[in-house]
Amino acid sequence: MDLDPEDVFKDEEDDPDNEFFQQSESSKEYVVYLVDASPKMFNTTCPGKDQKDEIHFHVSISCIAESLKTQIICRSYDEVAICFFNTREKKNLQDLNGVFVFNVAEREQLDRPTARLIKEFDCIEESFMREIGSQYGIVPGSRENSLYNALWVAQALLRKGSIKTADKRILLFTNEDDPFGSLQGAAKADMTRTTLQRAKDIQDLGISIELLPLIRLDEEFNVSVLYSDLIGLDSEDLAQFIPSAGQKLEDMKDQLRKRMFTKRIIRRITFHIVKGLSIQLNTYALIRPTVPGAITWLDSVTNRPLKIERSLICEDTGSLIQEPPKRFQPYRNENVKFSMDEISEIKRISTGHLRLLGFKPLCCLKDYHNLRPSTFVYPSDQEVVGSSCIFIALHRSMLRLKRFAVAFYGGSSRPQLVALVARDEITTAGGQMEPPGMHMIYLPYSDDIRDAEEIFPDTEDDAPRADKDQIQKAAALIKRIEMKDFSVFQFANPALQRHYAVLQALALEEDDIPETIDETVPDEEGLARPAVVKAIEEFKLSVYGDNYDEENDHLGKEKVGGASRKRKEIAENAAKDYDWADLADNGQILLETLG
Amino acid sequence: MARNKEKLVLLLDVGPSMHGVLPEVEKVCSMLVEKKLIFNKDDEVGVVVFGTEETNNELMDEVGGYENIVVLQDIKVVDGDLIDILKKLPRGTVDGDFLDAIVVGMDMLIKKYKGIYKGKKRLCLITNAIHPTKDSLEGSKEDQVGTLAVQMTAQGMKMESIVVRGILSQDANKRIMDENDRLLSIFSKKTRSRTVYVDSPISLLGALKTRRVTPVTVFRGHLELSQQMKIKVWVYKKTQEEKFPTLKKYSEKAPSTSKFATHQVMVDYEYKSVDDSSTVVPPEQRIKGYRYGPQVVPISDAERDAVKFKPEKGVKLLGFTDASNIIRHYYMKDVYLFIAEPGNTRAILAVSAIARAMKEMNKVAILRCVWRQGQQNVVVGVLTPNISQNNKIPDSFYFNVLPFIEDVREYQFPSFNSFPASWLPNEQQQMAADEFVQMLNLAPSGKEEALLPEFTPNPVLERFYHHLELKSKQPDAAVPPLDETLKRITEPDLELDFENKSVLDSLCKHFELKENSKLKKSARRLLPEKPSGSNGEDGNGNVSDARAVDSIGQEPVVKIEKIGDLTPVQDFEVMMTRRDNPEWVGKAIREMRDKILSLLTNSHGGDNYLVAVECIIALRKGCILEQEPGPYNNLMRYLYRYCQEKEISTFPKLLASMDVTLISKSEAVDSSNFTDDEARRFLDKIKPEPKD
Repeated sequence: MDLDPEDVFKDEEDDPDNEFFQQSESSKEYVVYLVDASPKMFNTTCPGKDQKDEIHFHVSISCIAESLKTQIICRSYDEVAICFFNTREKKNLQDLNGVFVFNVAEREQLDRPTARLIKEFDCIEESFMREIGSQYGIVPGSRENSLYNALWVAQALLRKGSIKTADKRILLFTNEDDPFGSLQGAAKADMTRTTLQRAKDIQDLGISIELLPLIRLDEEFNVSVLYSDLIGLDSEDLAQFIPSAGQKLEDMKDQLRKRMFTKRIIRRITFHIVKGLSIQLNTYALIRPTVPGAITWLDSVTNRPLKIERSLICEDTGSLIQEPPKRFQPYRNENVKFSMDEISEIKRISTGHLRLLGFKPLCCLKDYHNLRPSTFVYPSDQEVVGSSCIFIALHRSMLRLKRFAVAFYGGSSRPQLVALVARDEITTAGGQMEPPGMHMIYLPYSDDIRDAEEIFPDTEDDAPRADKDQIQKAAALIKRIEMKDFSVFQFANPALQRHYAVLQALALEEDDIPETIDETVPDEEGLARPAVVKAIEEFKLSVYGDNYDEENDHLGKEKVGGASRKRKEIAENAAKDYDWADLADNGQILLETLG
Repeated sequence: MARNKEKLVLLLDVGPSMHGVLPEVEKVCSMLVEKKLIFNKDDEVGVVVFGTEETNNELMDEVGGYENIVVLQDIKVVDGDLIDILKKLPRGTVDGDFLDAIVVGMDMLIKKYKGIYKGKKRLCLITNAIHPTKDSLEGSKEDQVGTLAVQMTAQGMKMESIVVRGILSQDANKRIMDENDRLLSIFSKKTRSRTVYVDSPISLLGALKTRRVTPVTVFRGHLELSQQMKIKVWVYKKTQEEKFPTLKKYSEKAPSTSKFATHQVMVDYEYKSVDDSSTVVPPEQRIKGYRYGPQVVPISDAERDAVKFKPEKGVKLLGFTDASNIIRHYYMKDVYLFIAEPGNTRAILAVSAIARAMKEMNKVAILRCVWRQGQQNVVVGVLTPNISQNNKIPDSFYFNVLPFIEDVREYQFPSFNSFPASWLPNEQQQMAADEFVQMLNLAPSGKEEALLPEFTPNPVLERFYHHLELKSKQPDAAVPPLDETLKRITEPDLELDFENKSVLDSLCKHFELKENSKLKKSARRLLPEKPSGSNGEDGNGNVSDARAVDSIGQEPVVKIEKIGDLTPVQDFEVMMTRRDNPEWVGKAIREMRDKILSLLTNSHGGDNYLVAVECIIALRKGCILEQEPGPYNNLMRYLYRYCQEKEISTFPKLLASMDVTLISKSEAVDSSNFTDDEARRFLDKIKPEPKD
């Protein structure tokens, strides 16, 4: 039968994870990137990589470009508009001065990101001065207020869609903490007042305004001059918005990147702690595999999409089946039938809630107790006031006592036991690295755990175990091939990068497909350093003796040549009985770091 | 595939001290056979019970002895009768001898297959092993067990022993228990046997793997430390979700009495043009399209093959790093197991050395894996050491997949320290929580860890197989309630709760929950749903016990009585929130309407328009809030006529640009007569020129 391998028409019960991984279209986000293009944005720099200074405008542009590329992959239903203010030219529906809405062909001003938008935005800096121009829009003696205009244009861009079905946000990039600084007296007060009122109206419409301040080495961005009022910060939030002076560019970029996307709640759940004490939690998917989107079948003649019609045909009679069929399981020589209702009834063994069962020491959570990506939970007082307080108390107790909670999560797709592991907040200069809260780890059942390691015990003999010397040689090797600052955010997915590079090139009808780099290949250069080679050879010798090549003959022919000569050298060196680990600790040998 | 069949003999202790757990033994054994009937139909099973009044086995007939052991069922291909037998195990009257039972079981397997069958042969013993075994005629018991173990290995048999202890067995003679444990451990040491101890009904149900899955390697090849050194490894799945069985679709078209009807359903797919649903597009005319934002980019398979990412098969080391760099919640998938190539001593040693060094140094390894040739992606993951506790089993590694940059959403969450003090627990509350976390301990020292994943069966699957068995006898059998034993997986252990009642009470006393009174709909959502099969006495979920509704609203501080010229919007808002007299709302709306009209009529060159629009927006919001769209909608229609008459175009344009529509039904459910569309069309109407 001709079936789509990545069948989108799978039955729901066949694919219970569907909802788990997919972004739903109903939770759209509308974002207006509002970028200050004043001369100050072009004059101010912060030191970037390799001591090269980067101008603030460039930093903003590259952050947006990066987020557009992420967005078109992960959240292509979200809509964006890019709007500059303090510009020489103007382009906006209201025809207001100093505001320029950037757009490309075949696209509304607020629309889903397209390949063309990404491509043209990527080289906007080349043509910016020529076509858009930078000019500060608030000057004494004039009634122009470019910030006010910018907010107004942004608001108008966001009039699309209902606030119920979409998150609407304005992200404001600027390095000017006092936009009305050049004004005096009544004029200043007046402009400040009208601008704040404008911002308030925008927020009253359910649109959030977020500030992404860019700062200089020698100067603080003083939020309290205007922006804390403009975006409605509480004193508690203030601290988060005053990045310290002298912050590194990388940290700043880090923080910008993190604040580009809003949090999306996957679900609100009720957490029963004990009888009579149930709190509200929100769950978030912080980590989920990103996969190339689903396939849409097209008619190759017209390039028009095809719709797939599925029909169920009775194999005995050949007639079409209209009503949803029952299911059956062959068992004991007959077909036992189940209705879909019965099947969902069987699966419903609990309320959809999370129910606390008890606590265990952290060491009880084994490496193999894992099935899927974890889900983050964070308390909410929105419906049940007091939820946060209990959650924080338990969170602190669990951290202090090194315990995790075991709970039963009675969702409909797969009710199962989960571990709730408390994590403390970790912050660096670049912002929050790990949020405070608990991670819900899905635990396997006994039927899900296999014992493959037990299938090959050799006869009556005990299994071979490495001796002290071999372990020591292995330890020396581990020290050599160490990745000191490894973080899980290190690698881009090469398959995904390639896929989207191909799509982008084809979408724009370009001839060349841009090269993508596979960052996941081993650092051959680092591994070829003499000290590393030596450590590996030593270990090899301690385990394989002289037999390595024979043992690996039929699989690893390619490396036989030089190896034996090397081995001889190593054997001689080994005789001198260096304590490699010790030497390394004392800094006598340069520690090799791969990365 | 004869090699893949399993020959199994169940050795079940049914002596008096076992009676308490026999219902669980019956359940788990019949489940085992139920699953075999579906997944391993050709497996053969025999059943031996010991501790019975009677004696019935071949060994007794042949050589004497072996009393109180009954072969309930000779080894045969699994069938429904076997389940019936296992569901009604006899209750024995004497304390059984598990060693004798093992001999009987081995004898059955040897006689039946006499070396002609080389496949899997297994004994499964369930006992509490608290009663003495008979002294052997020659040599010590240890010698006897040693001989049996040699025989077992020679015959290629494997044994699994589940020893029921703790609260499940009576207080027994410790000396005898220790002796029995020692004897059983000889089997574990000398044969391919496994002994597990369980002390709760749940773990008894989970301890016996009821589904036999033949392990399949994910990868066989080299673990490349570098170009110069490679270790031969095999990779298996360590965990993999056992899914709910995929049931086939059943067609009721053919008469149910028809003997030849298959009742199968064929699923047919037709690809039709979106524009013209009468034509079916043939396969060769179809091309795959991939989404890139709003665009769908057609790429033929040949094109895609030419440009797609094609990594070489292989498992390569990227480096080692501190275990603390890999936080547990980054694990993305089910777990893999890396073992050295079986029988390859050097590879086993190499794995052992690295694993042990990693363990000592608290390091993990980062690997890049391409499991198969032709695979279109790579995974980067973390390798952690698994130091074997069993002398027979080599050291190995676990592996899990780590996220790529694209897989991580770096959301920011407020720091708990930034919360208002009233949200943070005080000292007493923290103490109550500490005590609670400490006391509600599922893994107290000296006792079996409760709800250990290894021993916790999947309640949904148990329920399904139970229902399947019921339906095979009675097709319209209702879905059975969740097994009482398994309910303890889904709900707190009442016993544990009872033991810690004071701690629980103290927790409830120290923390107070209130429903947020500002939210209307929350009450409905928080009412507990009843799980199916629950008997209804469950009131755990009801928050209303702790609900105390806070109904004191907020009084505006400044009492505004009139809408002024300076801050009309704020004045209006304050008036709308005044609750000391219901007339304020009406007054605010009236005053606002007048204000707007005066702003418009007194405008010179449109200088008041902005303020007017702001006022209109505020009025609109207020009217929606009060669910009184009338005054607002009437005003808007009046303004529309006014602007037409006066030929004012900028003001309507302004309104349109701000998306100021009529109030529609969806915004004011009971009182507006306009649909969303109509409300919007009004906007189009007042917009002077069509959108470009």
